[in-house]
Amino acid sequence: MAAPPRHSSMMATNAGAPQSGANDRQQVTQQSLTPQPTQGLRVPSNRKTIYDRHLNRSRNAESSRASFAYLFGEMVTYAQRRVTGIQDLEKRLNEQGYPLGLRLLDLLFYRSTSTSSSALSSSSTSSSPPNRPLRIITLLHLIHGPLWRLLFQRSADALEHSVSPDTPNEYMITDNDPLVNTYISVPREMSMLNCAAFVAGIIEGVCDGCGFEAKVSAHNQPTEMWPSRTVFLVRFGDSVMEREKVLERNGVK
Amino acid sequence: MSTTKASRIGEEIWKTRIDKVNAELVTLTYGTIVAQLCQDYDSDYKQVNQQLDKMGYNIGLRLIEDFLAKSGVGRCANFRDTADMIAKVGFKIFLNVAPTVTNWASDNNQFSLIFDENPLADFVELPDDGRAQDELWFSNILCGVLRGALEMVQMQIEAHFVSDVLRGDDTTEMRVSLVRYIEDEMPPEEE
Repeated sequence: MAAPPRHSSMMATNAGAPQSGANDRQQVTQQSLTPQPTQGLRVPSNRKTIYDRHLNRSRNAESSRASFAYLFGEMVTYAQRRVTGIQDLEKRLNEQGYPLGLRLLDLLFYRSTSTSSSALSSSSTSSSPPNRPLRIITLLHLIHGPLWRLLFQRSADALEHSVSPDTPNEYMITDNDPLVNTYISVPREMSMLNCAAFVAGIIEGVCDGCGFEAKVSAHNQPTEMWPSRTVFLVRFGDSVMEREKVLERNGVK
Repeated sequence: MSTTKASRIGEEIWKTRIDKVNAELVTLTYGTIVAQLCQDYDSDYKQVNQQLDKMGYNIGLRLIEDFLAKSGVGRCANFRDTADMIAKVGFKIFLNVAPTVTNWASDNNQFSLIFDENPLADFVELPDDGRAQDELWFSNILCGVLRGALEMVQMQIEAHFVSDVLRGDDTTEMRVSLVRYIEDEMPPEEE
């Protein structure tokens, strides 16, 4: 009931039959392509397009960690040449991660339905999976668990709520040893920089995509044991906090 | 060295000596890089191709060290060996694919790599703007990687894509030509 309109429209596309998600998409494009064969994108005659591949095809595929490190390194180097300071650089990395979050969200939900529907959803408002989180905690668990596992093959290390009464809208997700920073050496004069801003952008995309307006930033919080420990600070907007109160009163989980 | 032997070496190294990540993380990261370039260059796809090639070159310069350390292979006897080594060992251990080497020129200095699988292009559809499918080589970074890596082992090559399933072609094919063997050890060009 309190879900933003975006939810319902996205749910509608998926609601049909859980296992035919890919087919739905295929039909959509065929419909849009066939009436005007002269327009639109060309496709290979053997139909090797994204619409003909199962979305779970690459689910368990592996690549080398080195390739990721090279690509991410180039991405940071390239971004660095086009910015004026650390904040600017982090903002840029954040913006690059953001669209990824929006898309990963759909992928996560698609996969949660095609396997076990109980893995993600603890919300009980709708009978047909996938259930999008309505409450902050459900959303954060989705990020801490399934999202992290999809990206890094393990869960994040901690999830905390701000203890300060002034900032009830702040939550912290901790990664003791973020993969993205493993091969990045930060010059001394830029010690504030945390390239996990890219991951912060991904988180922000997931939150926004779910209808939880938020700002997410990455901060260095090294400990003796975990020198590259990073805390992702998630700050939800006022509208989210107000809705949260209403949902709380109505007993929505 | 035969192609089969190279494949065996590649498989073996991939299984035993390579730290892995989820392939989708690599795919998605690369996707954001290309998307960002298209945005920065205002969809001037020629410039995007160039920039991707440059990034690849930078990667190649460093990647060769990694390749030699992990594979422990020695010098190739000829360019045909080099081709197998690139396709069956190099691509295998860095991207977990093994493109087919084919279409040799009669002088043995030019060949094609056919990619049945291209992890960089999973989940990808080019923009439907009437130009991207004619101008953008989505996986162009790979050309730069080969150019950079081979330059570090005294081979000047030229590489470019000639077809791509993302453009509506039936195959994804890269053409690689040996320009010359570099005789003197020169410091690599800065880019």
